[in-house]
Amino acid sequence: MRGIAVEAIKFDPEICNQCETVDCLMKCQYIEFTDVAEAKTEKLKINAGEHSRVLDECLTCYACQEYCPYDNNPFYLLVERQEQLGLLPAPTPIVTEQLKMMGPKGKIQKEAVTPPVVNMCAFPMLTGSVRGKLFEGASVIVGTDIFCNIMWLHFAKNSTIKERVPKMIDNIMDYYLRDSGVDEMVCFHDECYGTYTNLAPAFGIEVPFKSIHLFDYINDRLDELADRITPLNVKVAYQRPCSNRLIPETDPVLDEILEKIGAERVPRTYDRENALCCGGVPRVHQRDDLADELVEKNINDMLDVGAAYCIFNCPFCMATLGQEVAENGIMPILISDLVQMALGE
Amino acid sequence: MKELIDRLKKIVGDRFVSEAPEERYIYSMDMGTMPASAPDLVVMPASTEEVSKIMEAANAHQVPVTPMGGGLVLSGLTRALKGGMILDMKRMNRITEVNPKSRYAVVEGGTSQGMLQAYLKKNHPELKHSVPDAPPIATLAGNVCIHGSGHLSVLGGYHSDMLTGMEVVLPTGEVIRTGSCSVSSDWFGKAPLPDLSGLFMGWAGTTGVVTRLGIKLFPSYRYNDLLIFVCDDAEDMPDVISRLTSTQVAEDMTPWMTPIPEWARGFMHINIAYGAHSKAELTFKRNLLQMSVKAYKDKKTGGFLPMPPPQKNRYMKIPTPDLVRFADVRKGGGFEYVGAIMAIEHFAEAYRAGVEIAEKNEVSYSMGARIVGAGHSMMFFYAYAFNRADQADMARAQKALEETNAATLEMGGIPWKAELPAQQQIIEKMAPDTFALMNRIREALDPNHIMNPGNWERA
Ligand SMILES: Cc1cc2nc3c(=O)[nH]c(=O)nc-3n(C[C@H](O)[C@H](O)[C@H](O)COP(=O)(O)OP(=O)(O)OC[C@H]3O[C@@H](n4cnc5c(N)ncnc54)[C@H](O)[C@@H]3O)c2cc1C
Ligand code: SF4
Ligand code: SF4
Repeated sequence: MRGIAVEAIKFDPEICNQCETVDCLMKCQYIEFTDVAEAKTEKLKINAGEHSRVLDECLTCYACQEYCPYDNNPFYLLVERQEQLGLLPAPTPIVTEQLKMMGPKGKIQKEAVTPPVVNMCAFPMLTGSVRGKLFEGASVIVGTDIFCNIMWLHFAKNSTIKERVPKMIDNIMDYYLRDSGVDEMVCFHDECYGTYTNLAPAFGIEVPFKSIHLFDYINDRLDELADRITPLNVKVAYQRPCSNRLIPETDPVLDEILEKIGAERVPRTYDRENALCCGGVPRVHQRDDLADELVEKNINDMLDVGAAYCIFNCPFCMATLGQEVAENGIMPILISDLVQMALGE
Repeated sequence: MKELIDRLKKIVGDRFVSEAPEERYIYSMDMGTMPASAPDLVVMPASTEEVSKIMEAANAHQVPVTPMGGGLVLSGLTRALKGGMILDMKRMNRITEVNPKSRYAVVEGGTSQGMLQAYLKKNHPELKHSVPDAPPIATLAGNVCIHGSGHLSVLGGYHSDMLTGMEVVLPTGEVIRTGSCSVSSDWFGKAPLPDLSGLFMGWAGTTGVVTRLGIKLFPSYRYNDLLIFVCDDAEDMPDVISRLTSTQVAEDMTPWMTPIPEWARGFMHINIAYGAHSKAELTFKRNLLQMSVKAYKDKKTGGFLPMPPPQKNRYMKIPTPDLVRFADVRKGGGFEYVGAIMAIEHFAEAYRAGVEIAEKNEVSYSMGARIVGAGHSMMFFYAYAFNRADQADMARAQKALEETNAATLEMGGIPWKAELPAQQQIIEKMAPDTFALMNRIREALDPNHIMNPGNWERA
């Protein structure tokens, strides 16, 4: 069944009118406001479809989506307004070329799958991560024809999300799940899980399958494989990605996983609600000075807490920060790989 | 011929003279579109002295000599058009000196790019030379002789500009030197003497055999990075190139425009490579480059591709594997390009002409350029891949090449390392007295017309 994209993002202006804290903007790590009143004025401008400096200064870190205590979708609305007002955060040729590069290639073919079906999104180079006992019997689906397309939030391109996400959902159903009688899928990345469980409802897009977050999948699997775990006894710094802001309920699951494998999530300054962007997106926006600053802050913070590993769940964060992390003597690693280490795989 | 062969065998040894048909076949062609033309024999000398004796023998027997390095020029310049011998220089591959303070290396006439690159990496990691994107077996001499360009060309110009001196065996067998090494034991440069090196560069091996040359070396940096600028309007390119080169920071700048993969079609990219001794210096240089084109960022009409380090690595390989990969798109081992040396303000015109010609002739194409100097000129290339086993495909590529050469001259550019038909087109446009002087010089150097005959001659 094709999901239907509607024009408007789900949000209730009345909730904002009544809101006293304006957490969405007051907690923003990248834009300064003198007081709540100023933040409120800017927020109401955004709600009314008027220009606000927030639309120019926004790093598109997704965090306000988490900060709003009323789930009033401030970030999705912000991106909607950026696009409506033609405020592209990145140069036009960068956006148009990326749109072509990441567009569906129509190369998808029908395939029978068996659970667990692991969605690796558009990253075939990462399918090697799905291996060993942890993913025993898994079917992997991957390619630009099932790309979650959430990245366009960084490009003021909600229109692309509305156009492409329903098609991707159709593809997942038509080419993989339906004929195999499967109705659920493990999302390897926060991006996909965030798209199907948080973005889609806010955009009025129907999702006919159940999405399972990688953390939930791993957490359950670790109970089944408990006798194979050798505790790692290591300190890890977690680089929480932007897309996890859409699904903060999954963050405590990571704590459970790390406890099971004997890894300590060191309380660094830039974790949890205070997580700092890896620096990748500001480079897209041609703000390299800011990106340099973010990289430095992240690395110093990891060094300060004596982390031996920097753990990532986002391949883009890892690509952006990994080399710098390694040069500073900290081992960059994907969470699934860390878990596999504990399983002796 | 038998007498000559015996004489040559005495000079270089039996193993290094061959008239075997399979050898003659292999040496009859290159990967480009020019028809095969077989030599009578192939000779591989090992020293300047041997080259000199070979030239004396060739003169005595009035047999043509075509010098060859890697044979990778692609435009058929190492085919024996009038038979005779191919003088394959690959045995003369010693690196005889590296001067780290004055930053130059002296190599023999058959030393390959790959050998010097590897040698410096191992023995002088603080130094590097400007490597072209040709396969590593290409020789320094062959490349300098055709005014090649490479990964340090923004910094140092054409590779012929990086030449510091030469030892050359003249067609008549005398051994001469050009540059400081003709007076001093040091090979530091061409100044302040009358520059005789020009007698051998751009002549397609028709004036002598280079047996040794000095080439400039440059600092090799510990930290290296690459930016890729993107815009979608070819008209902006001269200004963008001019701004970027004005920073005097880039080592290499290579625009590329390709219809494959499909997402890249219609976009202008410029790879900008630069290096530094420290991270802080690298960031400083990056900022200079970015600031230079800030106007485009502010208008949102251009910017830098976001690329995490692992993705960049592919673009930072020297030589780049991308051109070789493109060369094989049609399979069947056919590849040739027109390198149009021209002023950068013709960029948009050159780009439009390329798209039009490629689409009209239905050939697989890729376009790009290498900026030479601080925007002083560029080598704009139109690369066409074809299947050698498919005559129609090859004919289409040939026609596209010819039309591109004509368009290049029309725009005020000059086809680089021109194949025979393009040489004719250039001669037609050349000031007549200049061509007459070329002929007089040749006559003086090569009275028996034995050096790579057929090239730079009016048909
Ligand atoms: C995939 C690909 C990429 C390329 N990229 C580049 C590039 O980035 N930059 C570039 O400059 N070129 C490039 N080329 C073109 C060419 O391969 C190189 O310029 C190469 O360095 C030519 O050297 P060679 O030894 O193969 O010369 P050859 O083909 O052997 O000879 C070239 C010319 O020089 C003459 N010659 C050779 N050796 C001597 C000598 N010792 N004395 C006198 N005359 C001599 C020959 O007679 C001939 O006329 C590329 C080619 C390919 C196939
Ligand atoms: S989006 Fe949420 S936090 Fe922001 S003003 Fe509205 S209700 Fe308040
Ligand atoms: S997305 Fe991030 S930077 Fe933008 S307003 Fe929200 S919290 Fe601030």
